[in-house]
Amino acid sequence: MKRIIVTCLLLWPLLATAELGGPSLESPGNDVYDTESLRRGAKLYVDRCLGCHSLKHMRYRRLQKDLGFSEAEIKQLFPTLERVVGSMTTAMDSKDAERWFGVAAPDLSERARALGTDWLYTYLRTFYVDDERPFGVNNWVFKDVAMPHVFWDLQGEQRAVIKKIDEMPVIVRLEQAKPGKLSAKEFDLAVTDLVNFLDYVAEPAQLERRSLGKWVLLFLLIFGFVSYKLKKEYWKDIH
Amino acid sequence: MSNCKQYGTKLLAWIDERFPLTKVWNEHMAKYYAPKNFNFWYFFGSLALLVLINQIVTGIWLTMNYKPDAQLAFDSVETIMRDMEWGWLIRYMHSTGASMFFIVIYLHMFRGMMYGSFKKPRELVWLLGMSLYLALMAEAFMGYLLPWGQMSYWGANVIISLFSAIPVIGEDLATWVRGDFLVSDITLNRFFSFHVIAVPLIIVGLVFLHIVALHKVGSNNPDGIEIKEKKDKNGIPLDGVPFHPYYTVKDLFGAVVFIAICSWIIFYSPEFGGYFLEHPNFIPADPLKTPEHIAPVWYFTPFYSILRAIPSKFGGMVAMFASILILFLLPWLDRCQVKSIRYRGTIYKVALGSFVVSFIVLGYLGTIPPTPTAAFFGTFFTIVYFGFFLLMPIYTRLEVTKPVPDRVVWPPKPISAREGWLWDQGRKAIAAIKSTPVYQQADGYWQKIQEFMKNNKYLRHFL
Repeated sequence: MKRIIVTCLLLWPLLATAELGGPSLESPGNDVYDTESLRRGAKLYVDRCLGCHSLKHMRYRRLQKDLGFSEAEIKQLFPTLERVVGSMTTAMDSKDAERWFGVAAPDLSERARALGTDWLYTYLRTFYVDDERPFGVNNWVFKDVAMPHVFWDLQGEQRAVIKKIDEMPVIVRLEQAKPGKLSAKEFDLAVTDLVNFLDYVAEPAQLERRSLGKWVLLFLLIFGFVSYKLKKEYWKDIH
Repeated sequence: MSNCKQYGTKLLAWIDERFPLTKVWNEHMAKYYAPKNFNFWYFFGSLALLVLINQIVTGIWLTMNYKPDAQLAFDSVETIMRDMEWGWLIRYMHSTGASMFFIVIYLHMFRGMMYGSFKKPRELVWLLGMSLYLALMAEAFMGYLLPWGQMSYWGANVIISLFSAIPVIGEDLATWVRGDFLVSDITLNRFFSFHVIAVPLIIVGLVFLHIVALHKVGSNNPDGIEIKEKKDKNGIPLDGVPFHPYYTVKDLFGAVVFIAICSWIIFYSPEFGGYFLEHPNFIPADPLKTPEHIAPVWYFTPFYSILRAIPSKFGGMVAMFASILILFLLPWLDRCQVKSIRYRGTIYKVALGSFVVSFIVLGYLGTIPPTPTAAFFGTFFTIVYFGFFLLMPIYTRLEVTKPVPDRVVWPPKPISAREGWLWDQGRKAIAAIKSTPVYQQADGYWQKIQEFMKNNKYLRHFL
């Protein structure tokens, strides 16, 4: 009985802060070591995102090296690029963006670290038809977002299923209203690639640090063993 | 070879005539006698020094490429992370080091509270240590503004605006601290200056004084016995061992384990779930967009909770500063003659336990958004926190202590022979872990590795 009371007391603050509204975030299960996925994600980003969202901290050279693009491939990906120098900026002026969308499109270089890959993955898949919004769509994760649904042709249209809870209309789920070019599963995979790419862009060094880490730890394990033996050796004559 | 040694001795003699090198070495290392019964809790002093050195060295390299300018700061940090050779490693060593510094210091302080290391004759060691802790908080607070992310900016904003709650001079004081009417480029510049020059100088100076004061009175130990009271005919404490080599090799092992833990964080989880590097700090500072939930970094959250627990802003600020400053008074609040928790009464054990629980719960509450439930717990544990200190002169007088032995307990009691409720729980936990299939599997592998090493003619020397 005592234990139950203690458990309840401990869980109470957790329950009280559980967020209401918005879908539960889903995990993309991406892998930044999957170079093919990163390349598909990069392609998708350049096609559909880079027009508005810059990646000003991502250098073309770094991208080419890490994703294994040949000189020809990088030229194909960025046709206007004369030499592979500089970073992935956008042509859209932030003043124009504010006039067109009401808000400047943020740079997405570190966005995957700020919001998390789960947020991005869920956000990109939860646009639904809402005629009250200027672009005809709203988002379940980010209510009244200024961004249009850039994958409308791939995903198709989704409609929100709304239920009244305590007199308040609440979205319970989204359902497919019109099919897109991709099946639901293919679309999820495409978004996973894109999120994977953004995950990589947010911290290109993670490829290096994760593969280096195991050697550092192995060294420390051996060094730790030796230093333990050294300590034992010195301390054996302390009585 | 003997020639080398001869020249070495000559050089040392030449130096010793001009500088007390051998004398200092002997006084602080080779002939500084530390109690031989130091346990796990005594690693954290030397580890704190190790982290300080790490922070200074990585800090020097970060300063080479960091730009203290509101327009450039965020981008320059990303440049360090992406374009500089090993920049990411240096930055993660610095950011992980900052959090590890506080973990080490909190454990170091807790050790002092457990074994009564703040008591006579070590009051000055404690006061200097507490001053170091204050300086460390200032250092961390100002350093956190430098990446110029959203949390850097708004965290600094919230904390500096606390000054404005002071009656009459408040607003002007806050403006004076910021150098502007809101946190701006000027604030960033002065925080940078304090973070890389002023406060590190103070910290290094205080560390020096802390160690000098400690070596004057000698280290305390888990039994809370003055080893200097029992000396042999040469004037050497019977329970002491020379710091070098005995504690240098022991601390070396501790340092390697500690570095391994830090490396795991640096290489596999530098954000540490958003506690060491907060997620919103990857968005550049935007004075026009207040984040939904502003929380300081984890090491300040216990005090932040105390701030929030008091309904008035000024009262909250006073309570927050009081909660830190009251630690300075510890040597005079504790009226018990016995130092170590091993021989102190149940009442102090319960009080210290509740203090630890309240510190951890307040720390957790400080990271979550304020809700009525959180506020209730915040108030409750704030009372527990202050109760621990304010009631201390009363309950420590009532304590029924156990007899303290003349000499330190040596060899240390094995875990299976230790008495008390906590040790019982610990033994139960160990037994539970040992009965899990995962442990048994790992143990099986370990047996096989040992077997292999035993049969190998080179490796068997290591066993």
